[in-house]
Amino acid sequence: MTEDRSLPRRRRFRWRPGRPGGKRGRWPIRSAGINFALGYGVLFLISATLFLSFIWWSSTNLLNQHVRAFIETDAQELQKRWTYGGAPALGDAITDRLEQNIDDDALYLLTDRHGRRLAGNLPGWPVAIKRMDHFYELTIRRYTFTTPAEFKAYNLPHGFRLIVGHDIRGRTLLSTVITRTVIWCAVMIALLAVGGALVVRDLFRRMVGSIARTASAVASGDLNHRITLTGSETDLVAETVNTMLDRINRLMEGVRQVSNAIAHDLRTPITRARNQLEEALFSATSPDELRTAVDRAIGDLDHITGIFEALLRIAQIEAGSRRSAFTMVDLNQLLTNMAELYEASAEDAGLRLHLDTRPLPPLHGDERMLQQALANLLDNAIKFSPPDSTLTLKAHPVPSIAPSGHPAPENGPAGVEISVRDQGPGMNDADILRAHERFFRAESARNTPGSGLGLSLVQAVTSLHHGRLTLTQAHPGLKVTLFLPLTQEAEQASRSVSLTEGSS
Amino acid sequence: MRILLVEDDPTVRSFVLKGLKEAGHNVDQADNGKDGLYLAIGEKYDIIILDRMLPGGIDGLNILETLRGQKNNTPVLLLSALSEVDDRVDGLRAGGDDYVTKPFAFSELLARVEALGRRGHNDSAPETSLTVGDLSLDLLSREVRRGGQKIDLQPREFRLLEFLVRHAGQVVTRTMLLEKVWDYHFDPQTNVIDVHVSRLRQKVDKPFETAIIHTVRNAGYILRPTQD
Repeated sequence: MTEDRSLPRRRRFRWRPGRPGGKRGRWPIRSAGINFALGYGVLFLISATLFLSFIWWSSTNLLNQHVRAFIETDAQELQKRWTYGGAPALGDAITDRLEQNIDDDALYLLTDRHGRRLAGNLPGWPVAIKRMDHFYELTIRRYTFTTPAEFKAYNLPHGFRLIVGHDIRGRTLLSTVITRTVIWCAVMIALLAVGGALVVRDLFRRMVGSIARTASAVASGDLNHRITLTGSETDLVAETVNTMLDRINRLMEGVRQVSNAIAHDLRTPITRARNQLEEALFSATSPDELRTAVDRAIGDLDHITGIFEALLRIAQIEAGSRRSAFTMVDLNQLLTNMAELYEASAEDAGLRLHLDTRPLPPLHGDERMLQQALANLLDNAIKFSPPDSTLTLKAHPVPSIAPSGHPAPENGPAGVEISVRDQGPGMNDADILRAHERFFRAESARNTPGSGLGLSLVQAVTSLHHGRLTLTQAHPGLKVTLFLPLTQEAEQASRSVSLTEGSS
Repeated sequence: MRILLVEDDPTVRSFVLKGLKEAGHNVDQADNGKDGLYLAIGEKYDIIILDRMLPGGIDGLNILETLRGQKNNTPVLLLSALSEVDDRVDGLRAGGDDYVTKPFAFSELLARVEALGRRGHNDSAPETSLTVGDLSLDLLSREVRRGGQKIDLQPREFRLLEFLVRHAGQVVTRTMLLEKVWDYHFDPQTNVIDVHVSRLRQKVDKPFETAIIHTVRNAGYILRPTQD
């Protein structure tokens, strides 16, 4: 049947492959695993680059601030020297510092009012430095190499001028390190991506492989094969496919049962009819005898027709096509009318039919099929009841169950429960399990008329309504209960309940 | 009654033809859709019995639709091997008046044919009372009297009796009663209808000297007015 409602709604991805000859180029790689790994690699590379750029930016910033702060304090210190001892003291201080500067990164220049160099390690006044009290970043030539440096110039009294600077080749070193890191990162990411691609592709293949193996096993006829659930995301597909296979299996089983049944249960009455006619043909001595034989043969044929109709109807219901005939059904009316119809037969058989119903909400369903199901149950109950006993036709709404497991009457009823109880011989547990099978008849029922299809039909009608059919021993007698859900959610709830029941 | 029978299977056709003739009807026959349609349009019949599946491109439903399209309201009984409920609904929706599934008992077919033929006559004004012999039904007050004596009936019993009275002198089958009085379309395993009829008899026949509801073996029931 179309269990389409049960599936969670999923967004449908529409993949439009590039038309051959179309303008838009098609992405050449088809393997999902490789694409996945490629995408993953590119994403990783971008994020690593962004991350390292941030480190580069913030550390050069920090370095700069540090250098500037150093220059400023150094300049203040030197200016103090000027106030104590003028140019000679300042020149000595500069020479001292240069001598003590092991890193060889300090740069100084002191000039007099004519621009002559008095002290420092800069060969002359850099042309670029025009303004005082302003930081300049220049590339200068030292010994044999060029290097970036930060400078600041200060005016001293009497036209003397001072430049304090700092070699910042450390920054260059840092940038080299970071560039190298980026390159290594890229190489490693590439390796990881390739490795990842292989692993992911393998994973994908394994996931899909399990489904494909099962599908091909089923295609070649082994319907009992199922996809093993791994707890991964493909379980959603796997479960759906498994449910589908269960259903196919049930349908196939049904077909098999029916063909067996046709072979067995239809042959018997056909043989009987044939024998009777044949015997009458050869040995009937009077028209009356002949008539009786023909009459019985017609009875047998009618019985066969009945079985055919029931089988076809069950098959039709199970195919689920009848859901198109669903309307809102007034169960109160249906039950009252049914009870009225059967009350007379019950009384005729010396039984009492007790109708016990609460007001029921309308149900979306197939009225005729529900009538038929109920008629079958009542027929059965009447057939198996001992004289002077009571039949009970009971119906009541079933309250919703909140997720906590407590009844939630504020949500309205979840469904409707209809039960027929008799005080007959009942069924033993083994028979109850098999009762809804086609053509199944309990040993004790062999001598009563019937085809063994009544409950199969009830079962089919119940399934059509996403309901549940339960047989329980009522001591004495048998109680047959139909649970019919009212809403989609209730349907699903009942299904999950029946699934857990099935797995225990 | 003048009846047209359109049926392609020769065995079924001759079987039905023989039975209808024995019951005193005047029957024309056709074994394909084309001839059937020609006769149905050209002649005047009281009832048309149509097989749904016919050779020759024109099937029973086509004939039926063409007839109804021409405002021809001759009662039509459809005969079919398609027993699915939906097929029955399709047939009735197309304008069919009744539907009999193959295989059928001839008594069932005859009863339905005669019920349809009768219906064709008194479709005129709505009656307020029905009288058969010494039995009278007041359809408005739902009162039943027989020989002047009032009989108390349950609503369903009243409908059952009303149906029998409307078809007085005709055989009505159990299936017909289940369909027309209860509006049920299933096959009960037990004798539900017999029990209801026997209850009705308790009230309508038992207190009186003569019975008017009779059982017809292998067919159903008939309400026959007492001769007085």
